[in-house]
Amino acid sequence: MHTAPRRATVKPEAAGGACRRLGASFAARTGNAWLTAQHNQPGAFMQAFDDITVLDLTCHIAGPYATRLLADFGANVIKVERPGGDPARALGPFQGDDPSPEKSGLFFYLNCNKRSVVLDLKREAGRAALLHLAEHADLVVESSRPGVIERLGLGWETLHQVKPALSLISVSNFGQTGPYRDYRASELVLYGFGGEMYSMGLTEREPVKMAGTAALFESGSAVAVAAGGALFASKRFGIGQWVDISLAETHFGGVDRRHAAAIGYQFSGRKMVRVAGAAAGLPGGIYACADGYVDFTNAGLYPERVFDMLGSPEWALDPKYADPLNRLNPEIVEEWNASFIVWCIERTKREIWAEARRAKVMCGPLFTMADLYEDEHFRGRGFWQKALHPVMGEVELPGRPFTMQTGGWQLRRPAPLLGEHTYEVLREAGLSEAEIAAAAGEGVLR
Amino acid sequence: MTGHKPLEGYRIVDLCVVWAGPFATMLLGDLGAEIIKVENPFVFQPMTRGAMARPPAALIEKAPAWSGGFPNNQFGDRPWNYSPTFVSLFRNKKSFTVDIRRPEGLDVLRRLVARSDVVYENNATGTMEKLGITYDWLRQANERIIFVRVPAYGSSGPYRTARALGVHLEGVMGHTLLRGYEDTDPSANTAIYSGDYLAGAQGAFAVMAALWQREKSGEGQLIEIAQAENAAAMFTQAIMDYTLNGRVQGTIGNRDSFGRAPCGVYPAQSPGTAEASDDHWVSIHCTDDAAWEGLKRAMGNPAWAEDERFASNAGRATNFRELDALIGAWTASLDDYELMRRCQAEGVPAAPVLEASRAFDDPQLRARNFFRRQRQADAGEYEYMGPMWQFGETPVEFSQPPVMFGEHNDYVYREVLGCSEDEYQRLKDAGHVSMEYDASVR
Repeated sequence: MHTAPRRATVKPEAAGGACRRLGASFAARTGNAWLTAQHNQPGAFMQAFDDITVLDLTCHIAGPYATRLLADFGANVIKVERPGGDPARALGPFQGDDPSPEKSGLFFYLNCNKRSVVLDLKREAGRAALLHLAEHADLVVESSRPGVIERLGLGWETLHQVKPALSLISVSNFGQTGPYRDYRASELVLYGFGGEMYSMGLTEREPVKMAGTAALFESGSAVAVAAGGALFASKRFGIGQWVDISLAETHFGGVDRRHAAAIGYQFSGRKMVRVAGAAAGLPGGIYACADGYVDFTNAGLYPERVFDMLGSPEWALDPKYADPLNRLNPEIVEEWNASFIVWCIERTKREIWAEARRAKVMCGPLFTMADLYEDEHFRGRGFWQKALHPVMGEVELPGRPFTMQTGGWQLRRPAPLLGEHTYEVLREAGLSEAEIAAAAGEGVLR
Repeated sequence: MTGHKPLEGYRIVDLCVVWAGPFATMLLGDLGAEIIKVENPFVFQPMTRGAMARPPAALIEKAPAWSGGFPNNQFGDRPWNYSPTFVSLFRNKKSFTVDIRRPEGLDVLRRLVARSDVVYENNATGTMEKLGITYDWLRQANERIIFVRVPAYGSSGPYRTARALGVHLEGVMGHTLLRGYEDTDPSANTAIYSGDYLAGAQGAFAVMAALWQREKSGEGQLIEIAQAENAAAMFTQAIMDYTLNGRVQGTIGNRDSFGRAPCGVYPAQSPGTAEASDDHWVSIHCTDDAAWEGLKRAMGNPAWAEDERFASNAGRATNFRELDALIGAWTASLDDYELMRRCQAEGVPAAPVLEASRAFDDPQLRARNFFRRQRQADAGEYEYMGPMWQFGETPVEFSQPPVMFGEHNDYVYREVLGCSEDEYQRLKDAGHVSMEYDASVR
């Protein structure tokens, strides 16, 4: 685990003036307007977004995943939690099935590299502290119900006055406007509505969703892209703006089949039907094998490779397989499946995948988490990382989402304890001990 | 509105295929970057502008709507310009053609790279190398270039050459065994591509991180998105349950992974059959006790709902089968939108499981002007899905309709590359410049 590169912490009274002056003179000296005072320090350019401060008011999954990505690439993410904490602290899986707010594996994954500040925004002192933090931020991200931050006096108009180049990203279920503005939602409800879930499953059964909260992680990635856009607009053109993100629209506009089903209908009047990806001849779909299953979806796009995989390259010359239409003929499919099913069942998923890789056939064995965890490829590439947490001890988790040669992913700190950095962050911002105590409410770690 | 776009002035060379790469460059185009697709009149890459350049007419019938649903149910003259599987990803992009397998074609690419900021590719491992396109080659053309690659399993390790679409690498990362019905085997699972969503969005994010870094350091770099590794985040609960507790999770269907019940998909009154895509379903999820109390009110406080077994979340989760059947008996005679309104009025998360064509009638999407009407010369005018975010000052505009193959040949050769008329003519004569795939291409 790396230690955090020391940030240039500037006394708040000085922060506006001195910091900007120092940044300006440094930028003038180097001729690069992107450089700030911080880049005058040793160890500068360690991470891409190490000159960015994000005030993170989000909770649950989608918002925190977006800010985790920013934090992973260097942003100073200040996670503002309500007294009692982000509700995700109450979501499992928990280490040892102990539902402690400091033992959620989900919360841990979503909040590494962030610092936690508890603020009671129902108190005047809490709201004042938040606006004080906003003055030093480049971006605010929030996910409360539409209208809530306005009622607290912390809405877009206020933030825009505090700092004109600051952007606010509001993440909500259905958006800040429209008849569903106040509607509630969840993974299932959002994905069923916005994502292409209708066509998942069997014709005679109900539609069936993705695993876990995959859809909210997708949305979180979409929010991270918007955050990048807002940061560029602010940095390059001084534009501060309010960005309205509807989680439902991140699925209507997403890439996983929804756009294709929609425009397919617009073009042709045809609709998607629920059909399983069942074994469909010249392999397409999922087949049982000796120790599980293998997925050969679309492998038939390159039939000659499949014949090579099976050790019968001469089949490529067989006229019955030459015509792509004929290959869809039910009799051909049946004849094909009869031999292919046997070939699969006599081999393990890893043996089949090895043959498929050799012949460049598109294929994937269906792994369990145990298979994945033990797999040498991922372990050898450094996919698994370890973090040390004061309550959970050593925690193993998936690492970088992508690699960069410079400025890339680092695991600088584990997920924060609730309010762990309240005093540290608010002292950096120049608040007195009394002001901090008033802003945070009861029981916050010193 | 300011007229500015966040990424205006950055040029991105798009060598992408299928979905994950084109989605990334689409998002960057939505944010104002100039995206230039490099296409080849002599090579049709399956699953990029369609399954085949010139598919047999009978294939339309056999393919599902999302790949066979062509305008007026005909392939037409240039099906590659309006494949429903891909056409939505072509907005806000430019396209020009060059045969980069030939030396003079590769030199055209080199000159484009010299005038660009980013090169983005997600081809099968080895494809770029075979063409002579490596990070070193790109850097010789442009020292500050950012090169993004999206190999399925990364450029090192035993699986580095494995061929995969999103659906295959999701299987390897555990998703396929973690989803689907509890009582069927995984071969009943529909092929999906959630990994393309994640890698595409994060690829756009990666480009912005590298551009931000370059503005400060002056240096470009190579980025690798191993798509399988990238997908892992989506399965966090299952992964962390294994690393923390050694527990191997399996599918729980539509139930909530945090045990909050009821959570399911229930039949609504349907105007037709599933075979006609006219069966309607509603999702209902009581994420807390207040929502359960709300659902009771929405159902008209039936006596069965007061059963002691349903009084606590633990009881509802344990007795979910019985509870789901009772809720389903209530929903079955009501319209799915009416169910949503009744539930939401009582604070219960609920919505129709919406078949795609119905999105165009949804009041919320209409109220927010979500859809975008685009006219493309070959396809005609239709409504497309809209952008994923609403920016107050730098709104996403669909300024370029789904780009046609070779639509910007003049622009790229003349304005971007500054070719002389002689040179442009020579390249045309050699077949590099076209708005059609060569007749030899199937």
